[in-house]
Amino acid sequence: MNIHALQQIVHQTRDARRKQTFPRLSPGDRDQLIHKYHPDYRASAYRPLRFGPNEGEKTVVELATLLEGDSPIDHRIDLIPHHQADVLVIGGGGAGCAAALHAQEAGAKVILATKLRLGDSNSVMAQGGMQVSVAPEDSPVTHFLDTLKGGHMENDHHLLKVMVEEGPSIAKWLIDLGVLFDRQADGNLHVKKGGGSSKPRLLTCSDYTGLEIMRVLKDEVINRKIQLLEFCAAVELLGDGDGTCTGAVLKDLDNQQYVVVAAKSVIVATGGIGRLHIQGFPTSNHYGATGDGLCLCYRIGAKLSHIDTFQYHPSGAVYPEQLVGALVTEGIRSEGGHLVNAKGERFVNELDTRDVVSSSIIRECEEGRGIRTMSGRVGVWLDTPLLDMEHGPGTVEKHFPAMVRQFERFGIDISKEPVLIYPTLHYQNGGVKIDTNSETEVNNLFVAGEASGGLHGRNRLMGNSLLDLMVFGKRAGLTAAARAGSMKQGKLTLKHLERFRAEAKKHGDLSGVVSPMILPAYTRKVG
Amino acid sequence: MTQNDDNLIDQPEVLKPRMVTIEISGKQYTVPEGITVIKAMWYAGQEVVRGVGCLGGFCGACATYYRTKDDPKVKTCLACQTAVQDGMSFTMMPPFPARKAIYDIRTLQDPKQDLFNLYPEAPLCRNCNACTEACPQKIDVREGVWKAVFGDFQSVSDMFMDCVMCGMCTPVCIADIAPNLVALYVSRAQGAHFTEKPAGLETRIKEIKEGRFDDEWNRILSMNGQELTELCAKVK
Repeated sequence: MNIHALQQIVHQTRDARRKQTFPRLSPGDRDQLIHKYHPDYRASAYRPLRFGPNEGEKTVVELATLLEGDSPIDHRIDLIPHHQADVLVIGGGGAGCAAALHAQEAGAKVILATKLRLGDSNSVMAQGGMQVSVAPEDSPVTHFLDTLKGGHMENDHHLLKVMVEEGPSIAKWLIDLGVLFDRQADGNLHVKKGGGSSKPRLLTCSDYTGLEIMRVLKDEVINRKIQLLEFCAAVELLGDGDGTCTGAVLKDLDNQQYVVVAAKSVIVATGGIGRLHIQGFPTSNHYGATGDGLCLCYRIGAKLSHIDTFQYHPSGAVYPEQLVGALVTEGIRSEGGHLVNAKGERFVNELDTRDVVSSSIIRECEEGRGIRTMSGRVGVWLDTPLLDMEHGPGTVEKHFPAMVRQFERFGIDISKEPVLIYPTLHYQNGGVKIDTNSETEVNNLFVAGEASGGLHGRNRLMGNSLLDLMVFGKRAGLTAAARAGSMKQGKLTLKHLERFRAEAKKHGDLSGVVSPMILPAYTRKVG
Repeated sequence: MTQNDDNLIDQPEVLKPRMVTIEISGKQYTVPEGITVIKAMWYAGQEVVRGVGCLGGFCGACATYYRTKDDPKVKTCLACQTAVQDGMSFTMMPPFPARKAIYDIRTLQDPKQDLFNLYPEAPLCRNCNACTEACPQKIDVREGVWKAVFGDFQSVSDMFMDCVMCGMCTPVCIADIAPNLVALYVSRAQGAHFTEKPAGLETRIKEIKEGRFDDEWNRILSMNGQELTELCAKVK
């Protein structure tokens, strides 16, 4: 049967489903479902780290191998700096841009290095929105509780309080820079309800929220004449040998030369790990999401937090084949889109948290109620045409132009045809452990955004990532800039690497893997 | 995977991709039909550093020129969002050295007039429409440039919300306008200067500053794990 024939059940059952309400699961049922079906609980995918700051803790094999991997750098090389800065920002996504802008505004000399172009990141793809408690019936406290609940009560309270309280002033900062958030008729910010949230709290720019924010921040970085090193991947951090970070070694991907940067502070804003394709999952992440920052920080001695938990976004495209793994925004479910199995039944409250919804989709597919494509992939339906029926014709086109365009290119009209989806590797819930100034356990080494850990607990709530980037990018930038005036540039050494290598040797040497990965190996070996 | 008798899954037909012949930068390769342009480059054994970004159609890194079999028309696409077909010929667009004006968006005095100082070429559009034809996002770019020049910043910002800044509108412009950069300036000016400031946001910032939520914070942050879990369960 072709995909169009299989879709008919969605159209046939729509009216009946519209009359149904589907309750959220009780806490006990949620736990049971997640433990049985969520990929975080597949024991065979995990192994303990053999050495380093998180020795003995478990993470997925793909990440463990890289964290214990060797540096491409010879630790005896001469470290004569090519560049000097007060603040070196590594990463050109949302957190990196926010950090660079705030540090520069506070008077620091900033260098922003990124392995692709400025702005190439997951941030640019964020569609769902940014959570900020601006509605009168909402409050930062409610935002805090929703996030804590979504994160299975494991979120760092201090980090979380900072994020929710600084949300509104971040929104103001972005508006002043020209970001066009959607508005209500009275001029106030329009807020949408996101999965796992008790109040409407998502600020959006149609379904281009990340793109709009990034267009503006990139433009601002260029306007402020912040020094950029594009196509320069960080391959090792530098330290004084005594617990303080002092710079980094980059690799210029255009000419393969190493570039040494001396910096009073380093802000790692390197994003996530989707391109490691953990447990074989497709991913919604950008090309460079290879967890580089985790490897760099781990080697220099920074502890990681919650690295055993990843977010599998419930709705990654399964069909057409060209879009496999691409994100189908949660906004569709926020506006009432149903998830439907092969029998035409709903099977979960679509606005439950991402881990619950993903687990339930995996359950449906494993128990034989999924829909299989011609290329052997399995998924469930997301009833997109329902939105036009609920909210009037043209709703899908008006609210989700990016998604309409994405599918239209392959001849699919999502306002008429449902979309086939399956969980896609989306986000690294944990990362490098930070304090409320975004600083790690290594002095003057800051981590902001997805590369950091603790804030989101075991499951990030929709819309909290964009806010995380802006708040902790800002805090890292301001703290680093404030220190620059009163301190001297520390010595540049690779003593930590010498120690790391000695440790690796003790543990039966290495797998031969070199990290960071920089880019995934997608090129086919020809001949 | 367990499969019951009443399994409703359609049994897969084994997918054997048909191979097609394409040209990448003038050189012929045989690749599976229907994979994306960027995947075809990987399949052909090419390392790609410049020219790949988000792989989701949002970042504009993979701007590509292509032509289909026997059609003289050279079209544009995003390589991560376009499937290859037999006889297709393509090459990636190199970074184009368009001039971006430098400004401080927050301190502009007269943003609509400033447009002509920052981008004096903007009113020189000769209506050739090549920019609109080049846009992989189907934005009416030419119309946008004219609206910018006539000061209709609101329409420009609406029209260009889809813009991924791939820059394909720029090399084709015979008046040396960079329409995407003009639109970016206009959209930012619209947001920063011509959009009402949201009153509710100001109120919330003030409430936080004045400590309106402090009592609630104190109550919550002094709770033990059990109490907090119970409270969270009650939030609806």
